[in-house]
Amino acid sequence: MSENVTLKIDNREVSVPKGTTVLEAARGMGIDIPTLCYMNLEDLCVKNAPASCRLCVVEVKGRRNLAPSCATRCENGMEVRTNTMRVLNARRTVMELILSDHPSDCLVCAKSGNCELQAAAIKLGIREIPFQGARSEYRVDLSPSIRRDMSKCVYCRRCETMCNEVQSVGALGAANRGFGAIVSPAFDLDLKDTECTFCGQCVAVCPVGALTEIDHTERLLRDLAAPGKTVIVQTAPAVRAALGEEFGLEPGTSVTGKMVAALRRLGFAKVFDTDFAADLTIMEEGTELLGRLNAFLGGDKEVKLPIITSCCPGWVNFYEKQFPDLLEYPSTARSPQQMFGSVAKTYWAEKMGIRREDLVVVSVMPCVAKKFECEREEFKTDGDPDVNYSITTRELAALIKRANIDFPQLPDEDFDAPLGESTGAGVIFGASGGVMEAALRTAYELQTGRTLDSVDFKQVRGMEGLKEATIEVNGVEVRVAVAHTLGNARRLMEALRAGECPYHAIEVMACPGGCIGGGGQPLHHGDSRRLKARAEALYAEDSGKRLRKSHENPYIIALYEEFMGKPMSEKAHHLLHTCYFNRGKEFVEQ
Amino acid sequence: MSYKMHILVCGGTGCRASASQHIMTRLEECLRDKNLEDEVQVIATGCFGFCEKGPIVKVMPDNTFYVQVKPEDAEEIVAEHIIKGRKVERLLYKDPERKAPVSDSKHMEFYKKQLRIALRNCGFINPENIDEYIARDGYSALAKCLTEMTPEEVIAEVKLSGLRGRGGAGFPTGTKWEFASKYKADQKYVVCNADEGDPGAFMDRSIMEGDPHSIVEAMAICGYSIGATKGLVYIRAEYPLAIHRLQVAIGQAKEYGLLGERIFGTDFCFDIEIRYGAGAFVCGEETALIHSMEGKRGEPTMKPPFPAESGYLNRPTNVNNVETFANIPVIITKGANWFNKIGTERSKGTKVFALAGKINNVGLIEVPMGTTLREVIYEIGGGIKNGKKFKAVQTGGPSGGCLTEKHLDVPIDFDNLVASGSMMGSGGMIVMDEDDCMVSVAKFYLDFTVEESCGKCTPCRVGNKRLHELLDKITEGKGTMEDLETLRNLSQVIKDTALCGLGQTSPNPVLSTLNNFYEEYVAHIRDHKCPAGKCKALLSFHIDPELCIGCGLCARNCPVDAIVGERKSPHFIDTGKCIKCGTCLEKCKFKAISTR
Repeated sequence: MSENVTLKIDNREVSVPKGTTVLEAARGMGIDIPTLCYMNLEDLCVKNAPASCRLCVVEVKGRRNLAPSCATRCENGMEVRTNTMRVLNARRTVMELILSDHPSDCLVCAKSGNCELQAAAIKLGIREIPFQGARSEYRVDLSPSIRRDMSKCVYCRRCETMCNEVQSVGALGAANRGFGAIVSPAFDLDLKDTECTFCGQCVAVCPVGALTEIDHTERLLRDLAAPGKTVIVQTAPAVRAALGEEFGLEPGTSVTGKMVAALRRLGFAKVFDTDFAADLTIMEEGTELLGRLNAFLGGDKEVKLPIITSCCPGWVNFYEKQFPDLLEYPSTARSPQQMFGSVAKTYWAEKMGIRREDLVVVSVMPCVAKKFECEREEFKTDGDPDVNYSITTRELAALIKRANIDFPQLPDEDFDAPLGESTGAGVIFGASGGVMEAALRTAYELQTGRTLDSVDFKQVRGMEGLKEATIEVNGVEVRVAVAHTLGNARRLMEALRAGECPYHAIEVMACPGGCIGGGGQPLHHGDSRRLKARAEALYAEDSGKRLRKSHENPYIIALYEEFMGKPMSEKAHHLLHTCYFNRGKEFVEQ
Repeated sequence: MSYKMHILVCGGTGCRASASQHIMTRLEECLRDKNLEDEVQVIATGCFGFCEKGPIVKVMPDNTFYVQVKPEDAEEIVAEHIIKGRKVERLLYKDPERKAPVSDSKHMEFYKKQLRIALRNCGFINPENIDEYIARDGYSALAKCLTEMTPEEVIAEVKLSGLRGRGGAGFPTGTKWEFASKYKADQKYVVCNADEGDPGAFMDRSIMEGDPHSIVEAMAICGYSIGATKGLVYIRAEYPLAIHRLQVAIGQAKEYGLLGERIFGTDFCFDIEIRYGAGAFVCGEETALIHSMEGKRGEPTMKPPFPAESGYLNRPTNVNNVETFANIPVIITKGANWFNKIGTERSKGTKVFALAGKINNVGLIEVPMGTTLREVIYEIGGGIKNGKKFKAVQTGGPSGGCLTEKHLDVPIDFDNLVASGSMMGSGGMIVMDEDDCMVSVAKFYLDFTVEESCGKCTPCRVGNKRLHELLDKITEGKGTMEDLETLRNLSQVIKDTALCGLGQTSPNPVLSTLNNFYEEYVAHIRDHKCPAGKCKALLSFHIDPELCIGCGLCARNCPVDAIVGERKSPHFIDTGKCIKCGTCLEKCKFKAISTR
C-alpha cells in the first residue's frame, strides 16, 4: 500500500514512504537539521509546519531557491544537500535576523537553558549579530495564568496553531503586517478578556520566553519562611511522571518518592497528594453518574446525559465560554485540586487545630489553568481561597534547584497521612481516559455489587483524540467517550448541542494526552514520545498499587464516616460541588 | 437608432479625475441644444492609454483625436467639428518634432509602434454595453469553444499560442490550465487575479474598466477547458470603477445567457462572483489571494500543493491575471498560430506597460514582445522630460530591477529582462533621469516591500526591514563599505530563502542598483556625497562670495539663523547650524547660493 520514494540526502541514498518530508527523512538518517517554527507531535494530530522561520532550508538540486525541509516532500531522484556553504550561510543569516529582533536578555529570561532559539543559536555558532535596527517592543500582558511578552516572540505561530487548530479556542491569531506582525488576541485585548481558557497549550509549545506561566515561586518561598504559617502542599498525578525530566532523568521515570522528599526539604509542613482528592472526586462524580443513569433508566426524561467530567479547569472555562447553553451536563463535582483545598481547610484543619488564616494550601500542578481556578470566587471562603495558589511542575523544579537539592540523589519518601493516601484510580487521572477508567471501576462495583475481574479498561487509554467504549453494567450498555484537546471536545459538544450525542458519560481533558501534556509540564519540545512515556509511567504506578479502586481508599472511607456523611450529602454538596456560569454572554455583549 | 457620428470620451480613472464626466455632460447638453442628440452619440470608453494628454476625446468616424480637453471645449467641438465639419485645431495633438498638429492617433509616435491585443477594445467601445463588445467579435470565442472544440482542444490551442502569465512570473498559461484540468473534484474554480498592486501600475485596472466582457468571456472559456463552473474575480476594493463595470458586464452576460445555465444551448454552466481585496500587495500571490478569498489572513503558503491541485476551499483552482485572460478570446478567434507569430521565441504576443516617471508620454502602452526599451522610452514615450539625461528604467515594479543605458537595446521579453537583472513583473515601467538618486530609489522600493510584507517568514519580515535600515543609513551618509557587503549578502539570502515571490524578489532593486550604480553607493559612503543631489543629509549649502551682494534676504528668512554676514558684504552659511531646508536657495535673487 505505502509507496516508497528514493532520494539522496548529503550523498547518501535513502528510501522513505511517499509523503515523508525531507526533514523527517534526514532526521531518520541522523542528520539533525535545525528547526524553530516546526513542531510535530506525532500520533496526536498536533502539527505546526508553516515553513516560515526558514532555518531548516536545504539545497535541492535543480531548484532555484533553497527549500524549507519541514515542508518539502521527498521525491524520487531528489538530491538534497543539508550543509553546503550556501545553506550554512543562509541559515546563519536567518538566525542573525531573528536575533536582531529579539531581546538579548538570555541571562535573566525565564526560558534560558530551555529555549529553542537559544539552542539553535548555539548550534549555529552565532557569535555576533551584524544587523542593528528597530526592535519589536510590546507591553507585557498578565493574566491569572499566563504571561505574554511578545517582545520575545519569534513569530513561529505554534501558539496560534494550538489555540485555533488544536484547541479551537481562537483567542490568539496573527495580527498586523510585515515587521509589525504579531500573534495577539483580537484588538490587542488582554488575554483575560478573551475566550482564552488558560489551557496553557500556547505556553507548552512556545519555543522562547514569549509565553510563560505566572511565576509564584518567590511568593511560595516567602510563605514557607513566614513564621506562624502552616504551608502544606498537594501534588497532581501527572507531576510525578514528568518532574524527573527537569533533572535529566529519562522521560517516563516516575519520581513520586523523590518528589515527596524534595517537597519536605523545601519546608512544607505536610506533603499531601491530589490523588487522594482524585479518589474523592470519583466517589462524588461516580455517585452522580449512577444517580443520573439510574434516573434515566427509571424513565426520567429530564435527566441530563451524558454527564461530563469537570476536573479540568481549561475545559470548564471552555464550556462556560463556548457552550453556556449546556451547563447542566457537566458533573457538579469540583476538581480534585479544589476538593483537596476544601477538605484541607475544613476537615483536616479542624482535626489539626489550625486556624484557616494560618494555613496556606499550595498545589503543584501540570497546568497553568489551575492558577486561574484557585482564584475563582466560588472556591473562596470569606475571600480566602481554598487553595491559595498553584505552581507548575516547572516552577517546582526551579524551586528544587534553587534550594540546592540534588534531586536524583534523593531517597524515596512517602506522602503524609491522611490526605496523602491514594489508590491507583487516583494516579491515572493524569492521563487521558484515566478519570473515565477510575469512574468505571467504582461505578461498576457500586452499581452491580460485584468485584471486577480486571480493573483495566484499556479501550479508553492511549493517544487517540476521541476514544469510545461500551461497558455492560447489570445488563445495561453504558456508552462512554473520552476526548483530549478542546478541539476534540468541541466535536462532542456540538453533537450534544445538535442532539446527536449517544453517550452516557464523557471525559474531557483540555491538553493533548491529558494532564501529562499540560501547559505546566516540562517542555516536550515537540517530542510526543515524552508524553507517551509519562502516560505509561502513570499506568505502571497504578498497576503497582495495592488498592486500585477509589472506593477502597481507607482514608476516603474515614473522611465520609467522620465528616462528609456520604457522597452527594448536603455537606458534600457544600464542600465538594460547584456550579457553572454563563461566561459566553458577556463576550457577545462587549 | 443609428447614429451618424460618435464622440468617444475616455472614461478611465485618470481622465475621469480630470473631469471627463463633465466633458460628456457638456457635450450632451450642446448636442441637445442643437437638436443633434439623435444623430450624434456620446460614449464613455475605457482608457486610450495616452494619459499624459488626457482627457482624450475622439470623434468617429473620422478618427479625430483631441487631447487635454476641458468641459468648456465641448461647445466648440460641437459647433465646429460636428456641425461645420472643421476640426478644432487647438485641441489636436502637436507632434513635438515637427510642431504640426496630428489628427489621427495612428500617426502619432505614441501609437505607431503599439500593437493592441489585450487593449483591443479599450477606447473603442462603451464598456457598459455588451452589444458593442459583441459587435467586435465578443463572445464568439466562447461560442467557438463550446460548440466546436473539446476542452482538450481549447487547452491545446492556448498551449500552442505560447501565452505566458502576465501577472509577473510568466508561467505558460496553457500548461497551467492543463494541470487544473487533470485533477478530479466535485467543484473546481477559475480565479481572476485582479489584485494589481505595483506602484504606478494600472494595466489590469484599465482592461477591466475598458473591456470587462473580455475577462468574463475568457474566464468562461477557462472554466469550460478545466471543468470548472464557478469563477471568482479577486479585485481590490479601491478599484470602484472597475468593480462597477465588471458587475455590469456580469449582469449583462447573464441576461444574454452567456453566463449561467446551459450556455449556447450546451451542458456548460458557468457563473462569476466578485470578491474584494483590502489592498494587501501580497494578496497578488496566488496562495495568499486564495486564503484571503476564504476569509483567512492574506498570507502565502508553501507550494506544492499548487492551486491546480488544492486551491480555493481545497478544490482545484486555476488563477490567471487580468491581462492574461484578456488575450484568450483573441487567441481562440484568430488562432494560436496568429498569436504565436507575434513576439519573441519564448515570449509570444504583446505586453501592456504602464509607462511612468520622467518621461514625456506617460500612459498605458501595449507593444509586441521583443520591442526594445529604447523604442519604448524614446519613440513611444517621447524621451526624457525636460531634455534631461536618461539614467535608468525600473521594470517589474518593486520586485524588479533598474536597467540602464546598456540595456536599452535589449528586446523586452520574459527571459531577457531576467537575464538583465530585472523582470517583466506585471508591467510597471518607471523611467528615471539624472536627478534620481539610485540609493534612494532602492530605498523607496524597499519602503514598499517592508510595508507590504505579510510578515510570515523571517527573511522577508526582518530581512527587508534590515535592508531598508542599511539603505537609510547610507543615504544619511553614515554607511560603511562593509555595509555594502552586508547588503549584498543579505539580499542574496532573502532571495534564496523567502517563502513567496514577494520576498524572493524584494531585494532586486537593491541588487540591481548595487550592480549598475555601485559608484553611486560608494560616493554616498566614502565621499559623503549624493551625486544626484537628492539625499538631504549629504547636501551642504554654500554662498558664492563673488555673487553675493549682501542684501541679507537669505539671513532674514533662515529659520535657524545659520546665515551671517555684514550688510553689503558677502554672507556665509554656518553648516553646523544649517538644517538644509532650502529656504535661502529659494529666496536668493542673485543665484549666489548653491548646494554641493
